[in-house]
Amino acid sequence: MSVPTASIRTASTPGGRRREGRVRRPVLYALASLGLLVMAAPFLWMALSAFKTRQDLTAGPPVWIPSRWTLDNFGELLDQLDMPRYFMNSLVVAVLVTACNLLFCSMLGYALAKLDFAGRSQVFGIVLAALMVPGNLLILPLYVLMSRLGLIDTYAGLVLPFAAGAFGVFLMRQFMKSVPDELLEAARIDGAGEWFIFWRIVLPLVKPALATLTIFTFLGSWNNFVWPLVATNDPGKYTLPVALATFANDPNRTIAGGNGMLMAGSLLVVLPVLVVFVILQRHFTQGIATAGLK
Amino acid sequence: MSLVTGLSGGGAAAPKTRRSGGARPPAATARRRGGRRPPGRRNLQGWLFSTPFLVLFGVFMLFPIVATLWMSFTDFGVRNVRRPLEAEFVGLGNYAKLLGDETFRTALFNTAYFVVVGVPLTIVLGLLVALLLNNGIDRARTFFRVGFYAPVVTSIVAVAVVWRFVLDPSDGLVAGLAAELGMKAPDFLGSETWAMPSLILMAVWRNLGTVMVLFIAGLQAIPTEVREAARLDGAGAWHELRRVTVPLLRPTMLYATVITTIGYLNVFEEPFVMTQGGPSNATLTVSLDMYREGFNFFHMGYASAMAYVLFVVIMGITVLQLRLLKDNTR
Repeated sequence: MSVPTASIRTASTPGGRRREGRVRRPVLYALASLGLLVMAAPFLWMALSAFKTRQDLTAGPPVWIPSRWTLDNFGELLDQLDMPRYFMNSLVVAVLVTACNLLFCSMLGYALAKLDFAGRSQVFGIVLAALMVPGNLLILPLYVLMSRLGLIDTYAGLVLPFAAGAFGVFLMRQFMKSVPDELLEAARIDGAGEWFIFWRIVLPLVKPALATLTIFTFLGSWNNFVWPLVATNDPGKYTLPVALATFANDPNRTIAGGNGMLMAGSLLVVLPVLVVFVILQRHFTQGIATAGLK
Repeated sequence: MSLVTGLSGGGAAAPKTRRSGGARPPAATARRRGGRRPPGRRNLQGWLFSTPFLVLFGVFMLFPIVATLWMSFTDFGVRNVRRPLEAEFVGLGNYAKLLGDETFRTALFNTAYFVVVGVPLTIVLGLLVALLLNNGIDRARTFFRVGFYAPVVTSIVAVAVVWRFVLDPSDGLVAGLAAELGMKAPDFLGSETWAMPSLILMAVWRNLGTVMVLFIAGLQAIPTEVREAARLDGAGAWHELRRVTVPLLRPTMLYATVITTIGYLNVFEEPFVMTQGGPSNATLTVSLDMYREGFNFFHMGYASAMAYVLFVVIMGITVLQLRLLKDNTR
């Protein structure tokens, strides 16, 4: 597919130094395409299977392309699972978590990057330490705490433990450090207060960082599993991954055609994220690189 | 761009400061030349900006860390969810019990298996893909990158559900491919031998993209002159990779290895969804064992001890990696 294009392109590349590339390049493209196919295969399998009939799903030698495209799997899934509700739960939690992180992480990021206060390096130390703490260490007492506070099966219970992530603070600090100090000093001379400087001057300048933080926080919350699993007992409060995992592990689920329903469910969870990712992909790679290397 | 607007807007919009809250009357600071604030006020502002994070950190991270430690020395059980303070102190009892716990030892072994095989595979494959996409390919680079990175952004649960079907011995994708080739695929997730490798394969597939992106960023940070110099000195492609590129990628490799190892040591969703720890505990990991003890049997004190053992292991390995992989040439 992409192999012929590759060789044409290479042939037109000037410079003799790349001579060996002329032989190698098609092979490299073939390799990359093969790798990509392997990476995409589970998604393709999911997408195709979601539209297969029951006969196609259980056929002896498997049917690759559905012999008849059907929406039955989605219909059955929606009969058995209240997907719109789980979708809403996931969405509300993710939006709240993201909003909290945007505000709280940039506030502390600003203080750490631009305010010279006693105890700053200690606070930064706390942020770095918090980056290292695995969630597993927290969930047992968190569950007890949330039960005592009556926050099991509430949005607050799902949001609060994730309302200010250390990663976000770190990211915002790194970006805000690059805002020139002269700018802030000038604003201070003009009599601007610290909150004004933060809100009206610094935040607009770090919009790309805010975009990156939005994407990562939203996604992290959307895909989060362990805490929502622990913090919800009422099926009406399940988030999408919890509902899907519970359904997949339910021994009472009808086995025949069950895979079709599960693929339809997975498609509904994965597709919105993949679409958003493809549109915003630049921010993803930049965000990771920044967090890793700065 | 907004740099200019922000600056000029500063003076004109200063009265608004009051409404946005927390700011002092603008005139007060304007009088002070140079805009310096007294240290007391600077400190106050720093702490005010830190407060939301610190409060949330204290309640939802620091407190649980300490509480887990306390719980690990008690017989915290289901009745203590209502009355936490009535949990009985048992000293090191839980830890002593862990030593003799066959299931926990299996879980430790399985987690180690997952990490020892999974991490190197992820790092090496991630590096290879990064090299391929960065050096070998100039057209449709973004397209390939997006494709290799896509699994990272998807829900592990959804992806695990999909993989369970992909590996299904009768109707799955792999079984189908094997049938086309006239072979018979094993019952991957139902076999004690194949279950763990299957989970590792899926984890590598899902996390490859993160490592790839890190390495691509690392590769692009290497100045072209360095490589060109190597090439002028007659270094072949292999030699250049081994003696120039990989050593210069060391910081990236360290970071990628550390975060991948930490992630893999905490592995939970994959066995939870794909195998429930089976067959006969062949894929039971420490996190899954802890979850079961804590939330299925409500042996929360015992589970807390597990959490701490895992935490200490994670810290130890991270420190060790930082030491071993640190750049010793400087």
